[in-house]
Amino acid sequence: MKKNKKENIKLNRRELLVGTASLGAMAVASNSVFGEESNSKNLPPNVPEWTGELGDGVDANPYGMPSEFEKNVVRRNVEWLTASTQSSVNFTPIQDLEGIVTPNGLCFERHHGGVSIINPKDYRLMINGLVEREMIFTLDDLKRFPQTNKFYFLECAANGGMEWKGSQLNGCQYTFGMVHNVQYTGVKLSDLILETGLKPKAKWVLAEGSDSSGMTRSIPIEKILDDCLIAWAMNGEALRSEQGYPVRLVVPGWEGNMWVKWLRRLEFGDMPYMTREETSKYTDLLPDGKARMFTWVMDAKSVVTSPSPEKPILKKGVHQLRGLAWSGRGKISRVDVSLDGGKNWQTAKLHEPVMSKSLARFTFPFEWNGEKLLIQSRAIDETNYVQPTIQELQKIRGVNSIYHNNSIATWLVNENGKVDNVRLG
Amino acid sequence: MLDLVKHFIFISFFMFLSNLVIAGERKFNLGQIATKTEIAGWNIDVRPDGQGAPKGSGDAIGGEEIYAEQCASCHGDFGEGVDRWPELVGGEDSLDTHDPVKTTGSYWPYASTMYDYIYRAMPFGLAQSLTYDETYKIVAYLLYMNEIIEEDYVLSEKNIGKIKMPNQTGFLLPDPRPDIVNINGKPCMKNCKVPNKIIGKARDIDVTPEEDKS
Repeated sequence: MKKNKKENIKLNRRELLVGTASLGAMAVASNSVFGEESNSKNLPPNVPEWTGELGDGVDANPYGMPSEFEKNVVRRNVEWLTASTQSSVNFTPIQDLEGIVTPNGLCFERHHGGVSIINPKDYRLMINGLVEREMIFTLDDLKRFPQTNKFYFLECAANGGMEWKGSQLNGCQYTFGMVHNVQYTGVKLSDLILETGLKPKAKWVLAEGSDSSGMTRSIPIEKILDDCLIAWAMNGEALRSEQGYPVRLVVPGWEGNMWVKWLRRLEFGDMPYMTREETSKYTDLLPDGKARMFTWVMDAKSVVTSPSPEKPILKKGVHQLRGLAWSGRGKISRVDVSLDGGKNWQTAKLHEPVMSKSLARFTFPFEWNGEKLLIQSRAIDETNYVQPTIQELQKIRGVNSIYHNNSIATWLVNENGKVDNVRLG
Repeated sequence: MLDLVKHFIFISFFMFLSNLVIAGERKFNLGQIATKTEIAGWNIDVRPDGQGAPKGSGDAIGGEEIYAEQCASCHGDFGEGVDRWPELVGGEDSLDTHDPVKTTGSYWPYASTMYDYIYRAMPFGLAQSLTYDETYKIVAYLLYMNEIIEEDYVLSEKNIGKIKMPNQTGFLLPDPRPDIVNINGKPCMKNCKVPNKIIGKARDIDVTPEEDKS
């Protein structure tokens, strides 16, 4: 692990140096593409070196990995945030991704007691409490139920939590990267409980993980019966261990903490359980010292992934602004983009498919001639909710909420093309 | 041949019906009925009203030694927290200040949550290794350090649901969102009056991990 990290640091430094060099060369109209220096031996009219030899055969990589030139596209963490990596978080490199699907190996991680490694033969899901029949299911049992395949985003309620008071982390990844979007395969809980039956008094479900933190959250029965899934696959393959292999809970549109991984038990009851995660954590402190509880829905949000602090503008001329938008209340209906800090807005192109409670991709072509820009994006969802400014949120919630910061971010494009995370006021 | 198929369909349908009857109300006949013993081993949660609290007891005097052995290396001798590990004691009257300190005493609304969490997840990396009595003792010690109970108060399954925590009424329900002004889908598009001056840069705060500084 350590070694990999070192290599990444090296790579990034090299990339940085190359990037800077090409910025300098920009004035003299360099032919370099995207800041990388080219090897002229591989360029027309020459025959590239890879053409004159055979490459690897099939099975050189039984499980294929990204190109060696993409080694900087990795999850990253902020070491000073937490006391140990076992109870910590890292971030999806959304600035390097296209479309709306997050590759499984890049989905951000949030653990409370490290990654449990579970042999699927030893996996059991227990359902107890206010049901007609208290039951235990194997993984094979679960896979024999009618299945469903759905794309959903998962966002940590603390995504952007370091930015309440001001711009703190200079990266798209660190300020917006606690989100991912994959296609889940699983069984709807409304189907699963056809097997256990439900007693009329059942109003809440306690979802419990089998990891070393025994993660637990209370979920109201209406949500459980509406669209929650018990999932065993993401993007077509088994869940990754760090995403809860072999089974996790999917709670569409609601904060990621509720999507219990390594799920071992669902208990039906008549009141919420008031677990550590829904009392001491994931409650939103207001200026008067009171705290909001059970703030589950993730409100509409968007971010410009390029340009961004990690994606400077390297050349004058035409560029495609790229970004992601999502809402826990349904579909994204529109995304606006501003290049002047929110004074004037234009509507970006939303790319199909736009699905409910899933990331949506937007793009916006623009021309850059070396001037300063203040780039923002603003999402509107199908409920007509408009993504707010940080001032709007601060006015109501103060600066100590930690969770549910869905405000508009501002990227300053400097005259040299470098990009900064800034706060306007 | 057609008759045979019809006959087969009829038999299948009959078997399907009888399956439903044998299985009672189970729709798919998948999974196993859980035994009481199986459930008892995993059903460890404790609710605010004390439901689920296992039989056992302990007081703060008994908790001091266990806390020192099992908890203090991360949470400090007096619950003050070591490095970035959580503070457990103090923080009263801090929640409405610029620097709120959220501890079991100042913030947690229920003592049941302390029992539930300590038993299921602590000590960090040794989950579910404490006995019921040890857990009651540690919770009693923390409640005592937060000046919520006396040192000789015997905490047990009978009274864990009755402890009154200082911040029990500090939580607001239900969720009032959307709590912002603009929920009509028609935001300003031209010449909008918005805060437009740069008042802070993340670059100047200088806490971004080094490999990504630019």
